[in-house]
Amino acid sequence: MDLSAINPVLLLASLMVAATPIILAAIGELVVERAGVLNLGVEGMMITGAVCGFVAGVASGSPLLGFVAAALGGAAVSLLFGFLTQFLLSDQVPTGLALTLFCLGLSALIGQSYIGVKGPEVADIHIPLLADIPWLGPILFQHDAMVYVGLALVGAVWWFLHRSRAGLVLRAVGENHDAAHALGYHVVRVRLVAIMFGGACAGLGGGYLSLVRVPQWTEGMTAGIGWIALAIVVFASWRPGRVVMGAYLFGGVTVLQLNLQAAGVPVRVEYLSMAPYLATILVLVLLSRNRSARAPGALGRVFHASR
Amino acid sequence: MIRLEKRQSPARLWSVAAPLLAVALTMVAGGVLFALLGKDPLATIRTIFWDPLFGDFAFYYRPQLFIKGAPLVLIAIGLSLGFRAGIWNIGAEGQYIMGALAAAGVGLALYPLESAWIFPLMVLAGAIGGLLWAMIPALLKVRLGTNEILVSLMLVYVAEFTLASMALGLMKNPEGMGFPGSRNLSQYPSAANLEIIAGSGMHWGVVAALLAVVSAYVVLSRHMLGFSIRLSGQSPRAAAFAGVNAGALVVICMGLSGALAGLAGMFEVAGPAGRVSIDFNVGYGFTAIIVAFLGRLHPLGIVLAGGLMALTYIGGDIAQGSLGLPIASIQLFQGGLLFSLLAVDVMVNYRLRWAKRRII
Repeated sequence: MDLSAINPVLLLASLMVAATPIILAAIGELVVERAGVLNLGVEGMMITGAVCGFVAGVASGSPLLGFVAAALGGAAVSLLFGFLTQFLLSDQVPTGLALTLFCLGLSALIGQSYIGVKGPEVADIHIPLLADIPWLGPILFQHDAMVYVGLALVGAVWWFLHRSRAGLVLRAVGENHDAAHALGYHVVRVRLVAIMFGGACAGLGGGYLSLVRVPQWTEGMTAGIGWIALAIVVFASWRPGRVVMGAYLFGGVTVLQLNLQAAGVPVRVEYLSMAPYLATILVLVLLSRNRSARAPGALGRVFHASR
Repeated sequence: MIRLEKRQSPARLWSVAAPLLAVALTMVAGGVLFALLGKDPLATIRTIFWDPLFGDFAFYYRPQLFIKGAPLVLIAIGLSLGFRAGIWNIGAEGQYIMGALAAAGVGLALYPLESAWIFPLMVLAGAIGGLLWAMIPALLKVRLGTNEILVSLMLVYVAEFTLASMALGLMKNPEGMGFPGSRNLSQYPSAANLEIIAGSGMHWGVVAALLAVVSAYVVLSRHMLGFSIRLSGQSPRAAAFAGVNAGALVVICMGLSGALAGLAGMFEVAGPAGRVSIDFNVGYGFTAIIVAFLGRLHPLGIVLAGGLMALTYIGGDIAQGSLGLPIASIQLFQGGLLFSLLAVDVMVNYRLRWAKRRII
């Protein structure tokens, strides 16, 4: 065992990369849940994004097109969920599960001839001046563009939810859909847009996994990250800023256990690999003490305009 | 403009017809999918749904129906109790693994002792293993209010890593020449889950599944617990006024489903699978969710749905071998089945009306 082999700068830098797919998926789901919809299909939408992004990236050779395809793929399958829950009024919990199970099969089918194929190169951005700062430069300013897109998205969502009129409507729909309906807002329309946004974000997160983080396509490669993103939304008590905190916490646990594996800590690899999942449970437990965290009022409830 | 009007009470006809219609719709969609994959749709559907039952080699495939169906039914029966009460145990796959590990641990520890007590002891260990694993999300929910969906699901991944560590470490066969995986329990007479009638596929897991179906039917229709479960699912508030202890119900439902999933894992590891290996679990715990819903959360329905889902596994294998059908398309088919059921289900609680003016 050689703990000195762990370089703290590299550790923190890879933490930001490891957290990015969780940030992307979680910020999308946060908007969906603020609109009062519980979509448990994040894992499914992520893996669809992963395969669509990878296939498009390989076919075109352009990572940008790959990410566009990933977002479109995630949004497309989220519409299945949207149609069932918003028009056919199905229960959101089983529908989200169905979406995940369906997408795991779909992605395996689409990706079967792409296993072992090499994806397109994604370049790191070297932000002038800032990247040259010792310590901070490599940690913060030498990443690929999606790391910054993820953070910008969190800022944009915060502004949208708390500073724009449309965000206020979305929150009203999520808190009390009957009241929002009575005020003349289109509950179903708002929710469908939110669901699609969530799907696109989860798709981007999945695309980030297959194009940057891994970078390869393997079946079931999301390995529960979509579910962890769902837990992060609960952890963040439905507030955008805290999503980043939660995602970095998990990025940190993931990266640390990978580094410990590499350093040859005398603990079986399998037990180290459990760490992110156990940390998720731990965080959910710790959070349960925080009584101020309150879910959106209409979360998970079926909306049927009877009048 | 079509709009939906809520029915006074769920339509009985539709609640039976919906799963049948969903299966029919999914078959049509599946046919389109197979055609897109360049296969003859009718021949593929016949290979999957007809040949295992009535084809030339049906004598070989029919026993498989029991072997694949038993764990699905066993797990789905347990899940259906919780689902009816609005308690979402999504981690049956993990409980299945932990049950198998607990049972295999007992069997391997006692090897090569021969005794009639070993098999019953393993059954007990399997049930307890699954039960304890399910108690983690159950107690966390009751004591601290954590979300049982996320906790039980996270524990699936933890269980998978535990399985890998056991197959590569503690339970590795000392005479296995370094290969991963435990001793073969099905070749250890006192621990083997053998067929009761040779060649029939009827092993003790099938017996356990049938017992679970009958017990669940009696509990749900005749016992106070069944009433509490149904009441809590329909109206938690009414259940609270009726004196139902919500916390106890969570523990009981999660515990029962965990124990049944653990049993399914036990019968699998001592019989058809035979040993603890890295790829021991094949997703029965997740497919059982589909079985539970497709069977309308009703014991008899679950038997039929379990049979159908087992058929897709067997037929999918045949179609993969003879027609080159990708196995992922079967997984897609199973997921699609749950989707179409949930879509058709709208007819159970609502009726369609032609609206004259547009209502948003």
